[in-house]
Amino acid sequence: RSGALGIINYGAGNIFSLTAALNRQGIPYAMINSVDEFDKFERYIIPGVGHAGAAMQKLEESGMVAKILNTKKPVLGICVGMQLLTEFSEEGNSKLLGVAPVKTRLFSENLKLKVPHTGWNKVSSTIDNELFKGLDQETHFYFVHSFFIEFNPNFTLASADYGIQFSAALKKDNYYGVQFHPEKSGEAGEKILKNFSLI
Amino acid sequence: MAKRIIPCLDVKDGRTVKGVNFVDLRDAGDPVELAWQYSQQGADELVFLDITATHERRKTMVELVKAVARQINIPFTIGGGINEISDADILLNAGADKISINSAAVRNPDFIDELAAAFGKQFVVVAVDTKLVEGTNLVHLNGGRIATEFETEKWIKEAEERGAGEILLTSMDHDGTKAGFDNSLLKKINDTISIPLIASGGAGNVQHFIDVFEKTNVDAALAASVFHYGEILIPSLKEELRKHNIEVRL
Repeated sequence: RSGALGIINYGAGNIFSLTAALNRQGIPYAMINSVDEFDKFERYIIPGVGHAGAAMQKLEESGMVAKILNTKKPVLGICVGMQLLTEFSEEGNSKLLGVAPVKTRLFSENLKLKVPHTGWNKVSSTIDNELFKGLDQETHFYFVHSFFIEFNPNFTLASADYGIQFSAALKKDNYYGVQFHPEKSGEAGEKILKNFSLI
Repeated sequence: MAKRIIPCLDVKDGRTVKGVNFVDLRDAGDPVELAWQYSQQGADELVFLDITATHERRKTMVELVKAVARQINIPFTIGGGINEISDADILLNAGADKISINSAAVRNPDFIDELAAAFGKQFVVVAVDTKLVEGTNLVHLNGGRIATEFETEKWIKEAEERGAGEILLTSMDHDGTKAGFDNSLLKKINDTISIPLIASGGAGNVQHFIDVFEKTNVDAALAASVFHYGEILIPSLKEELRKHNIEVRL
């Protein structure tokens, strides 16, 4: 079921490292620069760095929100791209896509932790799933983020702990998200991208 | 969180400066091949310090960053002579995960705020070279040759407040001694900040890495020559850390 991967290019951050990782894995992809190119792809990646509210605004300006919400094809949000799939972010109190009825929160100062959460943290995949197929149940991935998606047994595909248990990966129907950066997470991260290209 | 092990590569005119003792290395001067070897050995992150002095500097830095981003699957930082927002922008778009600034931040502290506002604090590493002068830790520039009036602890707090996402602290008193990291200073600094701290300067053997992680709560330890000359191999270093119940990524 492998098919062309479209990267939703809505101007939210640098994607050089992501495309480099796809190249290394031999995964064919192209940029989706405008909404009329959307339908010709078989799967989608929503990248994203920076401010979730600003990213949402750019996504709206791209005109691709309705296409993303209506597709039945696999979608993978990475980092802020994953947060966009939630209904709300405490970052700028932003309303987001609302694919999954969960919220994106700021790591509380009360946790006395260093923020941004930067580095390699252990990710536990909770159930057998296509995205983490072939990986150990506990694997380190590379994170850089200040906001996290709350743990929810219905949607959390893999969890990590940083003072609080949060969603390192989520799934809702055909929508997937990873909070870590697969393109920077060594061979494990490349495996995630490869797995997604085969869903 | 896993503690990070970070080899640092000095690069000049697109070539690595220090000798390297890996077997099967086709070209020890090629930073990308070296970087690849380190990533295969289990390095968690890499730092490239560009010491090119020519006017071609920016071009060679960008080419290096692109080549590394194409081939290496772990995060990396580039530092050396980044003085303007446009320098940082071009390196970000070439695939750098972070930039490291040192003297540019001391000379113009607003630069930290500007970088954090433009790219987010996670992109901004402030490197600090410190040296003890008559009982006071002072920030130094040019690899410890030039003393400033900045007190190290105060400067690091200021850098954090201005938007540094991470501090790379090199003790010039320990650097090159192979006598171990400056654990008392690192612990003191680490306890006062709430952003990640990378320890640098003084690594000579495996025990020094165990010590720095056990005695301080730093997030990462950086070294150059002990890795380049093969005195410490990353897989066995990580194995030893793991035996001491220090979380590492294997």
